[in-house]
Amino acid sequence: MNEKAIELYGDELYAAWLERRTVAPLTEREPDISLEDAYRIALRFVDRRVQAGERIVGKKIGVTSKPVQDFLGVFQPDFGQLTSGMVFEDGATIDLGGLIQPKAEAELAFVLKEDLTGPGITAMDVIRATDYVVPCFEIVDSRITDWKIKIQDTVADNASCGVYVLGNTKGDPRKLDITLAGMVLEKNGELFSTGVGAAVQGSPANAVAWLANTLGELGIPFKAGEVILSGSQSALVPVTGGDALVCHVGGLGSCRVQFSGRSAV
Amino acid sequence: MSMETTLTREDIVRLTERIEGAQTRAYAIPKLTNEYPAMTIGDGYAVQTELRRRFVAQGHRHVGWKAGLTSKAKMQQMGVNVPSIGFLTDRMARPENSAISTGDLVHPRVECEVAFVTRADLAGPNCTKEDVLDATDYVLPAVEIIDSRFSGFKFDLESVVADNGSSARYVGGGRARDPRDLDLRTLGVVMEKNGEMVAMGASAAVLGHPAEAVAMLVNILTELGETLPAGSFVMSGGITEAIAVKPGDNVIARFQELGSVSMRFVD
Repeated sequence: MNEKAIELYGDELYAAWLERRTVAPLTEREPDISLEDAYRIALRFVDRRVQAGERIVGKKIGVTSKPVQDFLGVFQPDFGQLTSGMVFEDGATIDLGGLIQPKAEAELAFVLKEDLTGPGITAMDVIRATDYVVPCFEIVDSRITDWKIKIQDTVADNASCGVYVLGNTKGDPRKLDITLAGMVLEKNGELFSTGVGAAVQGSPANAVAWLANTLGELGIPFKAGEVILSGSQSALVPVTGGDALVCHVGGLGSCRVQFSGRSAV
Repeated sequence: MSMETTLTREDIVRLTERIEGAQTRAYAIPKLTNEYPAMTIGDGYAVQTELRRRFVAQGHRHVGWKAGLTSKAKMQQMGVNVPSIGFLTDRMARPENSAISTGDLVHPRVECEVAFVTRADLAGPNCTKEDVLDATDYVLPAVEIIDSRFSGFKFDLESVVADNGSSARYVGGGRARDPRDLDLRTLGVVMEKNGEMVAMGASAAVLGHPAEAVAMLVNILTELGETLPAGSFVMSGGITEAIAVKPGDNVIARFQELGSVSMRFVD
């Protein structure tokens, strides 16, 4: 795709995000769109948010589990960029009015204390460069109508980033088995699903290493202080106003979030 | 749960012999309710109790119990609101890292479970999770090898209870731990078959907490006129879905804080 088309689609997704509405899948309109085109569109989309006053605060890794990869017909994860307007604190109430068609996922978030510059990064480098890990919720959202996404659609849409909530129980990855730590997700006081770190690329550290290497190839900085949402360890949870979610990570702690209002769709 | 029985003593003996034959000679039979549509869960337990009496009379040692149908999804599927239980004997135990023959099984499947070993007697009714934790000597990781003797794993609760909750083999191992040092609710578990992850979960998948399943098991024992003596071995229910195994398969169950349990299957 040429630069003009990339800009056009990036601007279209930015406008859809701003106005809380959806657009037709890009893959329906551009059957030949490549993954590289999609990442360039995402960069334009995020650039527009930064131009409007937000900062880049981290990254999210998506499509990390085998069932989701099988569903989208891919063999690797994808990523999106986190901006300062997406952040909520533990226990926050999120107004769904700011979102389009949200769903929640329970994850482990990493915060870096050193830059991770790929290529050549391994999981061992990830542990070394990690300041701490925390339980978190990612509220994914899609600017694509009815979540009818192929991999290029979700990548262009900044990996379906919505907002996220970080727990405040920080853990040292040297003292925690991040691969086998259990994930227990409760919705409105009832068990919703369980999972484990290994569901994410065998270990969340593998997903972060993949991200560092991918960013390195694309020349995108990955800096100390950034937050990385490492990939979903739970089933996708539909949320509506009044819902309360808690996730517990074995040996680490919990993260809580509530919802009010109504999403656009 | 009602333990009401409808079958005659003669029918119970007849069905027990049918189950015993299917279990010892490893063949599939139609579910019992095809012939006895009015059969109750109480009847199922009457058959199971008779089966246990026979095995013990043959010299098997009754070492403990297993809880089944401990996930919400499975209970809804079977239309019940309590787990089922089955007895465990020494003859069903297989060592860690051993070769387990499938030649004497019908269609084996494996599940990851947290197992309990008790140090004090437990009795219902009203046994609680806290009572169970107080009476626990240690917990350990375990793999249960279930094997329904019913054709195509097609059964109802009455039949599966009679078939001793599909119990067949079990492997305990890994690292024994004091449950007071752990959060038994959030233990992560991964099951790998031939090096590939095939099932995953966390221990809360078992009734919110594995000790809750053991408490319910003790309360079911009360309805059967039994208690759980100190020194019992109890499997608290599958955290992961049951995965089919065949000769040549290597299985390893990895547990947060509890280590791992492995085995391989042979003809």
